[in-house]
Formats: sequence, structure tokens, C-alpha cells
Amino acid sequence: MIELVSSLMMVAGIGFYLAGSIGLLRLPDLYSRLHALTKADNLGLGLLAAGLALHSQDVFIALKLLLVWLAVLAASAASAHLIARHAHRKEAGS
Amino acid sequence: MLTTQLLYGLTSCLITALGLRTALLHPSLLHRVIGINVLGAGVFMILITIAYRGPDVPPDPVPHALVLTGIVVAVSATALALALARRLTAEQSND
Amino acid sequence: MNATSLLVFDGLLLISIVSLAWAALASPDARRSVILFMAFGLVLAVAWGRLLAPNVALAEAAIGAGLSGALLLVAVGEQSKHTPHDGAVPVGKRNALRVRATLQWFITLLCAALAATLAWALLHALDSATNERLAQAVSENLAASGVSNPVTAILLNFRAHDTLLELAVLLTAALGILAIGTARPDYQRAGPVFDGLARWLVPVLILTAGYLLWVGAHAPGGAFQAGATLAAAAVVLRLAGKRIIGLPQAGTLRVILAAGAGMFLVVGLTLLLLGRPFLGYPPAWAGSLILLIESAAMLAIAATLVVAFLGGRSPAAASNDENNRC
Repeated sequence: MIELVSSLMMVAGIGFYLAGSIGLLRLPDLYSRLHALTKADNLGLGLLAAGLALHSQDVFIALKLLLVWLAVLAASAASAHLIARHAHRKEAGS
Repeated sequence: MLTTQLLYGLTSCLITALGLRTALLHPSLLHRVIGINVLGAGVFMILITIAYRGPDVPPDPVPHALVLTGIVVAVSATALALALARRLTAEQSND
Repeated sequence: MNATSLLVFDGLLLISIVSLAWAALASPDARRSVILFMAFGLVLAVAWGRLLAPNVALAEAAIGAGLSGALLLVAVGEQSKHTPHDGAVPVGKRNALRVRATLQWFITLLCAALAATLAWALLHALDSATNERLAQAVSENLAASGVSNPVTAILLNFRAHDTLLELAVLLTAALGILAIGTARPDYQRAGPVFDGLARWLVPVLILTAGYLLWVGAHAPGGAFQAGATLAAAAVVLRLAGKRIIGLPQAGTLRVILAAGAGMFLVVGLTLLLLGRPFLGYPPAWAGSLILLIESAAMLAIAATLVVAFLGGRSPAAASNDENNRC
């Protein structure tokens, strides 16, 4: 039962990663591409980490995975902001 | 020899050759530095493929130690190469 | 986990590794090359994990993908600043390597021959690998080495001389970088988002480095991975343009640089004076001595990578040297 739930969560996470990758390749603009990528980072990684935490059935591993997810969340948010701000300034400057 | 070793062994030789060719022939210095790093990665993969002995057997730790040393030496060589390139560019834009 | 699904996974992983390497090397744009190379390093770390090499996977992710990528990105950024806007040949291209087409084909052929020979030799060796291996000797002597992680035992006990020489190589690279150039200018003060991120990320990274150092004795980890994490913390600090807390001063940095190989020598020579072989730890003290050497090595590795990121000696120290010369 737990195996089924964790596998479903991991597959859903991978689905978000797929959506993010397709968005990266197909969307026209830098900002919309950044928007697509954050879906992969937030929900994709979150579901993947939750599925792995369930699969491992160990509290410490689950906590470490939670830490990993939070760190990636913060880092990707900050870097998306920095990229968008740089692009905006470059557009406004020229 | 396991299938895994066959696959990874062939890929590592391919990557080694790719990296070496770029390191020798590419016009841009930065690409040559990346080529040397890829060459190193190919050699590391050769070593770790030799160390792998199966999914349930603990791997041979000696090549792992060699690869760890190799990674650190590769990054210090990259750092020195980039510093040299920077100084070269600075010297040439002065004259 | 049956064999077919592993085979599919391996196939996909290897295809992405080769594609990323090819794309990174063949891309004409330097920045794109570097970013593809960083992606290559990360997928390579997954491959190391797949081949049951977690120590190497940690080191590859931290050093190979992370810090190499950061150094290359900084170099690319500088290169684009030097490109003149008046249409003159950019300085980098003046030194461009130009090789005749026939010679190119010849060298490509030679590289292909090298790949074929390597593959033949490797597969032949893997087929006939039934003789005694060093792994046997390692597992027999692991209990007396002072740690329970075999890779750490090899690096810091059984083959300690090699690690000493590796730290000497690091020191040489750092000395070269310090001698060749001056540090890059400081970054401007970061905005609230990156500043806020750096405020808690740097302490977490320092803590993680300490954890990796400690856990390296009995689980994947060790001085190299810890040193790379510390260097990453320093890079984040530098990028945030902080002026309240910065990196160590030039003098302190030089002492830390020398401390890696230096601690090895101190321990080795002390043991020599006490009548034991050079770097032959007494089994009761082996664990503590290894931890001591690893701490110094971690700091030295971090300091070398920081010096590499900075680009050279700091301007204050540079003008000091200029004054002292005449």
C-alpha cells in the first residue's frame, strides 16, 4: 500500500518535471520559461522527495529529504528572481 | 564481466576520446579546458567501472580513492589554467 | 528492481552523459558550453551513485559540477567584458588555435583509435579480473585503521603519502594563482532576495561542511567534500557582496593554504621523531590523527578554491609587495 502511494507520488513528480522541461523548450519568453521551471523545482521535487521519504520508511531520511527540498526551493526562488531582474534591467537599459 | 561494466566501459572510452579531441583541436581556450575536464571524467569512469563488482557486492574502494584524488587535482589544474588565460588576456589587451 | 529496468535506466543515463558531453564540447557559445558542462557533471554524479560510489558522487557534485562550473562561469563573464565593441578581433580569438583540416582529420582518427584500444584493453581486463586485488588487503586492515569508511581509510591512512602530495599539488596551484594575478573586484551589494538567502545559506553550508567532515569516518563524506562545501559558502558570501563579514584576510588565507600539507608534515615528522615510520599512525591514535589531518585538509582545500575564485592576491597585499620590492 505504501509502496503504491510512494510510486504514484514519484510518477506525479516526474510528470511535473516533464511539464517544466517542455515549458523550457517551447515557451517563447525568458520570463515564461522561468515560470515553467519553478513548477518543476517546487512541486516536482516536493512530490519526488515525499515519495522517496515514504519509500524509505525512516524518519531521519525523511527529514533530510525535507531539508533538501526546502534548500532547493529557496535557492531556485532566489536564482529565478536574480535571472528575471537581470533580464529586465538589460531590457530597460537598452 | 557484467553488462553494466560493458556499457559503462564503452561509454567511458567514448567520452575520453571526445574530451581529448576537443582539448587538442578546439580553437577556443575555454573549450579546451572543458575538454580536459571531460577527458578526466572519462578516465574516472574507467576507474569506477573497474571498481564495480555487482549490485549486491561492496565495490572495490581503492579506485574510488584514486578518483577522489583525481577530481581535486583536476579542479586545481582547471583553476590554474583559467588564471593563466586571464593573465594572458590582460597582457594582450595592454599592447 | 529487475535487470531490464536497470538496463533501461543505465542506457538512458549513458545516452544523456554522452549527449551532454558532446553538446558542451561542440557548442560555439562559451557560456552555453559551461552550463552544459555543469549539467554533465551533475548527471555524472548520478552515474557514480548508480555504480555504488557515494563518496565520489558527493565529490563530483560539489567539486566537479559546482566549483569547476563556478570558476568557468566567472572566466566566461570576464571574457565577454573584454570583447571590444568596435569590431576589432576579440583578444581571445587572437590566440585561437588554427589547425589545418587534414591534421584535424588525422588527430580525430587517432583519438578514435585511442578509444577503440582503450575499450579493447578495458573489456579484456574486466573479463580476466580474477586475481588478488587490493580491496582484500583493505578490508583485512580496516579495523586497525581508525575509521570504518574504507575510502577514508585508504586516503588518510593506507595511502596517506598520495594525499600529502595531492595537497601539495593544491598548494602549488594556489601559489601559481596568487603569483599570476590580482583578485577580481568586489561584487556590488546584493539586493534583499539574495542577501536574505545568503544570510541563512552560508551558516547552513558551514554546518554541512562540518557534518561531512565528521561523518566521513564511518559513512560517505570526508575532507574533500567538506572543503568544497566550505568553498561554496565562501563563494556565496563573496557574491552577496557583504562588507560586514567577508572572507579571511590575505595573510590568514596564506596560512590556511599552507596548513593542509603542513599538518601532514607536522604529524609525519612527529611520528618520525617518536620512532615510528613517516605517517605510520599508532592504532590507538589513528582515528584522532586522521580527524586532525582531515580538518586541516578541509580548510586548505576550501582556501585554495576560494583563492581560485577570487582570481589572485588581494589588491592591498599586491601594493604591499610592490612597495617591498624596491
